[in-house]
Amino acid sequence: MTGSRPFFKWTFLGSIFLWLYLPIVILVINSFNESRYGYDWKGFSLKWYEKLMGNEALMQAFLNSLLIATLAATFATVAGTLMSLALYRYQFPMKNAASGLLFVVMMSPDIVLAITFLVIFIALGIQLGFWSLLIAHITFCLPFVVITVYAQLKGFDKYLLEAAQDLGAGEWRIFRSIILPLILPAVVAGWLLSFTLSLDDVIISSFVTGPGFEILPIRVFSMVKVGVSPEVNVLATLLLAISLLLVTASTLLLKRRKVS
Amino acid sequence: MGFRRFAIILTLLWLGVFVLAPHVLVVLTSVMTADPQHLVVWPLTLEPYARLWEPLYAEVFWRSLWLSALTTLICLLLGYPFAWIVAKLAPLRRGVVLFLLIVPFWTNSLIRTYALKLILGNKGLVNMLLVGMGIVDEPVELLYTGFAVVFGLTYMLLPFMVLPLVASFDKLEASLLEAASDLGAGFWQSFRHVILPLTMPGVIAGCLIVFLPAMGMFYVADLLGGAKNLLLGNVIRNQFLIVRDWPFGAAFSVTLIGLMALLLWLYFIANRRINRQGGLDDDGI
Repeated sequence: MTGSRPFFKWTFLGSIFLWLYLPIVILVINSFNESRYGYDWKGFSLKWYEKLMGNEALMQAFLNSLLIATLAATFATVAGTLMSLALYRYQFPMKNAASGLLFVVMMSPDIVLAITFLVIFIALGIQLGFWSLLIAHITFCLPFVVITVYAQLKGFDKYLLEAAQDLGAGEWRIFRSIILPLILPAVVAGWLLSFTLSLDDVIISSFVTGPGFEILPIRVFSMVKVGVSPEVNVLATLLLAISLLLVTASTLLLKRRKVS
Repeated sequence: MGFRRFAIILTLLWLGVFVLAPHVLVVLTSVMTADPQHLVVWPLTLEPYARLWEPLYAEVFWRSLWLSALTTLICLLLGYPFAWIVAKLAPLRRGVVLFLLIVPFWTNSLIRTYALKLILGNKGLVNMLLVGMGIVDEPVELLYTGFAVVFGLTYMLLPFMVLPLVASFDKLEASLLEAASDLGAGFWQSFRHVILPLTMPGVIAGCLIVFLPAMGMFYVADLLGGAKNLLLGNVIRNQFLIVRDWPFGAAFSVTLIGLMALLLWLYFIANRRINRQGGLDDDGI
């Protein structure tokens, strides 16, 4: 079977990855290319980076996207951790409905979520812009935090918590001193996943964005629809670099914790 | 407020206000009357649903369904062997491969679509290779075709097919395969009667999270497909943001939700079947 033909196996994996990465690698290379159209190499240049810095609207949209991703990931991680805790430890009415709703968010196609958000924001009179984007991003990240953290919660010893309870520790104390340290890797993973999801989103953002607060996909959409824009290559490179940095940092951090 | 109470109230309130209520409102919107000034007004009507059958929209609907189905099939054909190989790798290598599968998501998917547009263009990499190797004399018109849309959707969604498949290959017990081969089953026999039925939940889950999102990815159709290869997402977006006929747009979305419910139901059936039969397809080897 597959094991007996390692050459075939690695060629197959390799070609899939080549296909997945080639377009992105071309963008990254072209971000340093003197040529505007990037069909050939005309020499190393940082002029598109300068051009991006000079493009205030695009730069603002980029920073806004990072801001939304950071805030949404943070809130989603806090709220998602609390939700998984509630679903795991506590009994309350409509508990099944709550996990069902999380499942709905996870399974619904973005386009469906997008219009549900648009409709509720209009109905509640929430102005489209910063808040609508933030709430929408938090909500679509939530189920992914919950399943990540819940899986970790299920894995550990219930007696530990019972012992703490018997010793008179309150719920907050139990959470802070016992549960949180144990689930920290899952919490960090949930944050990173949320950050990624938020940065990647196009569909939901284009429905709940407003004129006062523009984020990347909306700006980029109008740029790439008409033609070639080398600044977009630079953005792709920067986004990759930032994410790579975050993941490396978190991996190192978690490793250090394990050692100490 | 106590910690416990805070956690419970947050859960119910957030999900109630931002998930349950919006879904109810969308269903309600889909049976209301469109109004240029107030978006939607009473009375209730089924007219938006009747309009789904107008030839213009029915055509877009079927076209979108076809493009998404094709995307799902290709993702499955590529993703199934991929997941199979990954599931059998040593833990470290496997971690690296799965990590590499996620990395492209760090660039915004719109930017990745733009990257594909550059590759598929007349002077893009694909045509350069085709002309360079002498397969064709003139650049082939790849961009703004159904092919480009399926290419883009497959590119975006392949990882979503792979992940649930890896999970279901993980559950596949090696002892079952050994038993099959001990009983004299060849590769195809054990594939057909053991491996495929047992990974079916993964197959259906993968298809579910590729097929439905594919229908909504309007920006892929916008950038790669041109005017003739619209997806359902393009129609919904136009109705909501441009034409502002919310009931009609909502009717499309409710149809999509219905489709999702149907597929989920299939998924649960497949899952239950496996659990009930103790993991074995008993219709005769």
